Amino acid sequence: MSELTRRTAADLAQLLSSGEVSAVEVTQAHLDRITEVDAGVHSFLHVATESALADAAAVDAARAAGEDLGPLAGVPIAVKDVMTTQGLPTTAGSKMLEGWVPPYDATVVRKLREGRLVMLGKTNMDEFAMGSSTEHSAYGPTRNPWDLNRIPGGSGGGSAAALAAFEAPLATGTDTGGSIRQPASVTGTVGVKPTYGAVSRYGLIAMASSLDQGGPCARTVLDAALLHEVMAGPDPLDSTSLTGGYPDVVAAARAGAKDGIAGLKIGVIRELHGGEGGYQAGVLARFDESLALLTKAGAEIVEVSCPSFTAALPAYYLIMPSEASSNLAKFDAMRYGLRVGPQGVEGPSAEQVMAATRAAGFGDEVKRRIILGTYALSSGYYDAYYGSAQKVRTLIQRDFAAAFAQADVLVSPTAPTTAFPLGAKLDDPLSMYLQDVATIPANLAGIPGMSLPSGLADEDGLPAGIQLLAPAQADDRLYRVGAALESLLVESWGGQILDKAPVLDAKTLEAIR
Amino acid sequence: MTSLSQFAEVLDYDEALAKFDPVLGLEVHVELNTNTKMFCGCPTEFGAEPNTQVCPVCLGLPGALPVLNQIGLESAIRIGLALNCSIAQWCRFARKNYFYPDMPKNFQTSQYDEPIAFEGYLDVELEDGETFRVQIERAHMEEDTGKSLHIGGATGRIQGAEYSLVDYNRAGIPLIEIVTKPITGAGERAPEVAKAYVSALRELLRALGVSDVKMEQGSMRCDVNASLRPRAEDQDSVPLGTRTETKNVNSLRSVERAVKYEISRHAAVLTGGGKILQETRHWHEDTGITTSGREKSDAEDYRYFPEPDLVPIAPDAAWVEELRGTLPEPPARRRRRLQGEWNFSDKEMRDLYNSGAVELVEATVAAGASPLAARKWWTGELSRLANLEEKQLSEMPVTPAQIAQLQALVESGKLTDTLARQALEGVLAGEGDPEQVVEKRGLVLVSDDGALGEAVDRAIAANPGVADKIRAGKVQAAGALIGSVMKEMRGKADAARVRELVLERLPVDAPDA
Repeated sequence: MSELTRRTAADLAQLLSSGEVSAVEVTQAHLDRITEVDAGVHSFLHVATESALADAAAVDAARAAGEDLGPLAGVPIAVKDVMTTQGLPTTAGSKMLEGWVPPYDATVVRKLREGRLVMLGKTNMDEFAMGSSTEHSAYGPTRNPWDLNRIPGGSGGGSAAALAAFEAPLATGTDTGGSIRQPASVTGTVGVKPTYGAVSRYGLIAMASSLDQGGPCARTVLDAALLHEVMAGPDPLDSTSLTGGYPDVVAAARAGAKDGIAGLKIGVIRELHGGEGGYQAGVLARFDESLALLTKAGAEIVEVSCPSFTAALPAYYLIMPSEASSNLAKFDAMRYGLRVGPQGVEGPSAEQVMAATRAAGFGDEVKRRIILGTYALSSGYYDAYYGSAQKVRTLIQRDFAAAFAQADVLVSPTAPTTAFPLGAKLDDPLSMYLQDVATIPANLAGIPGMSLPSGLADEDGLPAGIQLLAPAQADDRLYRVGAALESLLVESWGGQILDKAPVLDAKTLEAIR
Repeated sequence: MTSLSQFAEVLDYDEALAKFDPVLGLEVHVELNTNTKMFCGCPTEFGAEPNTQVCPVCLGLPGALPVLNQIGLESAIRIGLALNCSIAQWCRFARKNYFYPDMPKNFQTSQYDEPIAFEGYLDVELEDGETFRVQIERAHMEEDTGKSLHIGGATGRIQGAEYSLVDYNRAGIPLIEIVTKPITGAGERAPEVAKAYVSALRELLRALGVSDVKMEQGSMRCDVNASLRPRAEDQDSVPLGTRTETKNVNSLRSVERAVKYEISRHAAVLTGGGKILQETRHWHEDTGITTSGREKSDAEDYRYFPEPDLVPIAPDAAWVEELRGTLPEPPARRRRRLQGEWNFSDKEMRDLYNSGAVELVEATVAAGASPLAARKWWTGELSRLANLEEKQLSEMPVTPAQIAQLQALVESGKLTDTLARQALEGVLAGEGDPEQVVEKRGLVLVSDDGALGEAVDRAIAANPGVADKIRAGKVQAAGALIGSVMKEMRGKADAARVRELVLERLPVDAPDA
């Protein structure tokens, strides 16, 4: 493995701008790494070798010509396959969109191009971002680089695994109920769900419009901040995009690492700390250790209560499927994507083709959610289900407001467990859904959340994550506290957590193949 | 018996009205004339090549998001204000979910229980000048669907078609749906009230400048709901009967006919002991009857829920008042004002209104013609020609300014009425303005004494008897000679001058007594 692939994005950016390495070299190193390990890890659904090298060469040429380039120009990035990329296939992990090449870029993708980041390819995900393990991808699961027999989290397992396997220094994600944060937690990486509306949703294939939010995935808090800055910003093409109030997250990350967090109030959410959540002992132990480090660094730890959080998961599983059932109606074989004729029907009607295509094109988890959502929105049930769930949402927002009156940031373990074995929860959707019990409240309230590694669980040696939550539009607090905690943890570990990950050698990879 | 039942039986209209009280409900869809679609920047021009005015948003491509057209909102509010409605201080769009190939997202972005305008009324003038107040339930914003073309069937409907084509140019065109409350108390005049309402609405929308309101092009479409209830002393206490909804009744005359037909048909069914099915019906312009469409069961469930991709609309009160200030003079009031200014009788004004010529006369007067002359042209020669060609007056290819110019030529003595009609014919044939036609066709009045004198001499020589009569004092006999001259000069002679020349040449013999 080339030394370049182990560098942070911040380091690479420096090497590139100083001319020590070229973008082509950096890109080639990552493409080589993908070739080396991806048959085993399967982070990518599509590797854009040709266009990546061409884009890298163009960055080098621009730099040589003295053009003013963005801070991440020439740094490679992996893009979650839920974001439309003009000229590159986009499937959202579904058979429904196999072979579809969008005619337009998502706003986020446009921003990446404008920032001259080099897109390496599209990463694997649960179909239409529905899942917590990436096993619901129609193109086969992604494996966790820490243990290839375990899941990398989901839905953004491909992006998280690409980071953990050193296939890419940066990746994009989307987070509807934890799809950025939970994969970060179980792969020992960093993931941020910004404030709802901070990153444009235009071109992000929607699951649940009122919950979906794009965000950065990285191996360090600073790298996440650098990518966050590129991705965020107002977008006239997204009505729900924030028009202002974008804090300087990069400055916050740098300040946190340098100045620490003395005097900051950190609230531990009682309802997300042990109790009924089925939290793994090692996850809780690492969480408590992080709290101890924060206390030692001068932060004040307070306990806060958010009683409505017990209703968060049920409310989420009404709102999300309701919106998804409508958002996914467009996949009907009429204009793009898969088209399947009903068997044994001569000259089928449009309706029959729609039904046959949707039956063949959607996986079980997607169908489960469409059925749930269709039911929840049905006349006669709407008030009891969708209506009540919206009320829960208001209560959760109030709980957060009260909690943030007592603390600057809130903390919890990100996911209740470390990575579980492939297949372990496939037949038990409820247990799978519980993976997001701690991440869902932030989506329901629209506030920002970050997951960063808290260490390895004693019982299995796998990474655990700590979640930080901040009030809406105070994303900078996440970066300040996250960077401070990260430097304390790295100091206590004596190095980056991914340095402890097993080496993905030929033998291990061969065993998987 | 079965063969007989295929013919819809209808009861004589007067008999129907003796037994039943009709109740109507009218739903009018109006396409706004905004430059761009409701939720994207695509142009809205009518008649473009199929599927050339489309983009990711109006094609419902994965990831695309709507953004509200502010001019569309402004038009909606102005329509609401003009219909004496309250304007919502806060309202939302909703998704109306159902599958149909011409609907790109398989949901229509519409408004459900939170319309932008509600609780208004429109006073409509009936043919005898009486005013009838129609209560408005609501006016809401929505997007149009694409347009399906069913090929290969006998009826042009989807049943029996071999295949269908869809044009998405229309998908996303801004629509305002205006819904009346049940219209009661119209009695036998129900068909006339329906027609007058649609006509008044069209006039109002045209005055607002928000729509082309061309029923023949579908920019204004009408659905007619009708039901009957038994006649009673206290009519208001009788509950409403089952209604039918006749779709796409797209001319004023058809609205009247469809209402009349449905009243007679309902009456026949009810008198025969049958029950009215709540269903949608198709209107057949050619035969003047309705036929059963799909049965509108209560099971049809659109699963409405608030559109999460759009933010709520909260029009600023000051802005609404500003828009109120832009409302045109109400058409009925304006007509009364013009009637006074023009000094027309009630009947003259009503005829003008019924022939759709008020605006045309107004514009002609503004271009310099006298009201009397303007009215004469539009309700006379032009109405006659429009009738022959089965066109609306407004569709005649002549402008009010051209009519004013034509009239000026008559009044200056350059054209006779006959010549003016020939000039008009040239204008309608696309030969240019009246003055250009006069020149090209050589329609100049001959008032040159040389040419006229010779013609007069020839006329006298050819009609010695007439000449004698004139000399004998029967001056009115001069008409015959003038006619003869006019005939010779193909109407181009200045009749007044001819008369003078005749009388000069034939002085009355001095009376002896």
